[in-house]
Amino acid sequence: MGMLPMNTTAETNGTKQGAKYQTGRSRDRRWRSLLRQLPIHLLLLPGLAITMIPLVWSVSASLSSLGDVFRWPIRWVPSPAIWGNYVEAMTLQPFGLYFRNTAFVTAARVVALTLSSSLVAFAFARLRWKWRDRLFLVVLATMMLPDQVTMIPRFVLFSRLGWVNTYLPLVFPAVFGGPFFIFLLRQFFMTLPTELDDAARMDGASVFQTYWRILMPQSKPALTAVAIFEFQWSWNAFLEPLIYLHSKSKWLVSLGLRNFAGEYIQWWNLMMAASILVMLPILVLFFVGQRYFIQGVVFTGLKG
Amino acid sequence: MLRGVCRPSGADGHSASGRWCDLAAASAATGGGDDKRLRRHSGLQAEETRYGWLFASPWIIGFVILTLGPMLFSAAMTFTDWSILKAPRWIGMANYSELLSDPLVGHSFRVTSAYALGYIPLNTVLGLLLAVLLNQRVSLLRYYRTAFYMPSVLSGVAVSVMWRLILSADFGVLNYLLSLLGITGPAWLSDPTWVLPAFVLMGLWHFGGSMVVYLAGLQGIPTDLYEAAQVDGASWWSRLWRITLPLITPVIFFQLIIGTINALQTFTQAFIMTKGGPMNASLFIVLYLYQKAFESFQMGYASLIAWCLFLYILLLTLVLFRSSGRWVYYEGQSAS
Repeated sequence: MGMLPMNTTAETNGTKQGAKYQTGRSRDRRWRSLLRQLPIHLLLLPGLAITMIPLVWSVSASLSSLGDVFRWPIRWVPSPAIWGNYVEAMTLQPFGLYFRNTAFVTAARVVALTLSSSLVAFAFARLRWKWRDRLFLVVLATMMLPDQVTMIPRFVLFSRLGWVNTYLPLVFPAVFGGPFFIFLLRQFFMTLPTELDDAARMDGASVFQTYWRILMPQSKPALTAVAIFEFQWSWNAFLEPLIYLHSKSKWLVSLGLRNFAGEYIQWWNLMMAASILVMLPILVLFFVGQRYFIQGVVFTGLKG
Repeated sequence: MLRGVCRPSGADGHSASGRWCDLAAASAATGGGDDKRLRRHSGLQAEETRYGWLFASPWIIGFVILTLGPMLFSAAMTFTDWSILKAPRWIGMANYSELLSDPLVGHSFRVTSAYALGYIPLNTVLGLLLAVLLNQRVSLLRYYRTAFYMPSVLSGVAVSVMWRLILSADFGVLNYLLSLLGITGPAWLSDPTWVLPAFVLMGLWHFGGSMVVYLAGLQGIPTDLYEAAQVDGASWWSRLWRITLPLITPVIFFQLIIGTINALQTFTQAFIMTKGGPMNASLFIVLYLYQKAFESFQMGYASLIAWCLFLYILLLTLVLFRSSGRWVYYEGQSAS
């Protein structure tokens, strides 16, 4: 249906390769092409190894005893694997609580930002009104504005409102949409045929119904990309939680991990275990929703 | 059908013209009922204007209270001495003269620029190189792409904690690997000359992000261009230089701008891994700003630093835009 154009371009190579490999003759061709590609693979594989080593080493260290972490040469496969390191890391600090807090803030931000950004993007992509294009330029300009310029006045504002040490400073701004997501969704909405809206409007659908019933269901790939991006960013957010959340019971995983890494500075295996636990939701999300990650990156990264 | 012809192929920009094209096509198709349609449309137009403002209102309100207002406020704050706890005190240009005499400001801008200068070109070259390799109809493409891209989704404190150990002088995996090559690695994070290269290295771990974008750009290049060049006897190398690279320059340009904006806002890594040390060798602008605002509570002075950062980003973006006429190639200009 409303698939992105780059969706097809990004996948063509893969599917072509997949379709190729049925018959014996094509298997033969497959071998020959592999041989022809050998120099490329010889370049790619070392690169791959270098890229993977940091993660592999971290996982290995997280399962090692403390003595083994500091052993040279490195023992890549810890024996025995000490899964208890993860349990210990989780219980030395209330990581369960931090995970729940982070899940709450992240979920609230994802829902609020996806809804608000799509509403605004709809106005910029599908409705004709004076000032629209000029205001859209302002949206683009704010993407260039570093957060640090507004960070201090926002802090003053939110502390006057008594919001310090609550989640409101983190969640409330999400209600107003994010410029990057407005941009992404607008670009997507514009690829959908306008006949859809026109037909719906002729049938007496209101503007809101056109948005909610016609456009949104067509835009699941882009909305998913937005949700995934925001999940990733909210989960990893550090500077804002650092400024606003002071009591430990309110902390998010990023603050908890930073504290953990400061307290257990010699316990490399536990530090690695804690770091991997914090990264785990993102990694799982990446493997489940990889397609949407790549779509989103591509869709916004290509438009200049 | 008509719509496809009318609409500019890149869905960006010119949205209005696209819509008018649709209307023209629609009314051409309906033929007779033109008059009624037009009248209905002027009614719809007023309604659309109302709804346009209504639907855009979340962003407009947010822009006023969370961006525009704070910006003005922040500009005013640069003339004050304010610790949040006490009432602000108007001090005129004192922050500005302090800025000029504070060696750490210039230093933090140099540190951040050096990092960006090391990181951005290398990231671009590596990302492009990998994308070009993967674009050669490589088998297992999807697996390579997934693996190279994976580190890019990881960031924040967890990655910083991880890399602090990876870069550790005595037991880190990086120096271990170097020792296998017979190289004694430096004490990356505690050596003033090596701390920035260490941050660059860590940044480059995420180069798969730009690779994905370049790869999609490469796959968007029409294959008939290559076929025509091949017929003309162009070598692989000259096809790369004459077709691939020119056509990918808009993507490179966009990535350069995003990369610059991001690199200049580096914070978490430095805060977690070095706290700006050793000897301020990794004192990034935002880290210094944070210290001024939330450790020594000089909100006015920190606001001034934030504005300097903003103007610096603006300046670099403008320079990039200015230069783009010389090296960025847009297909519209081609004689095809």
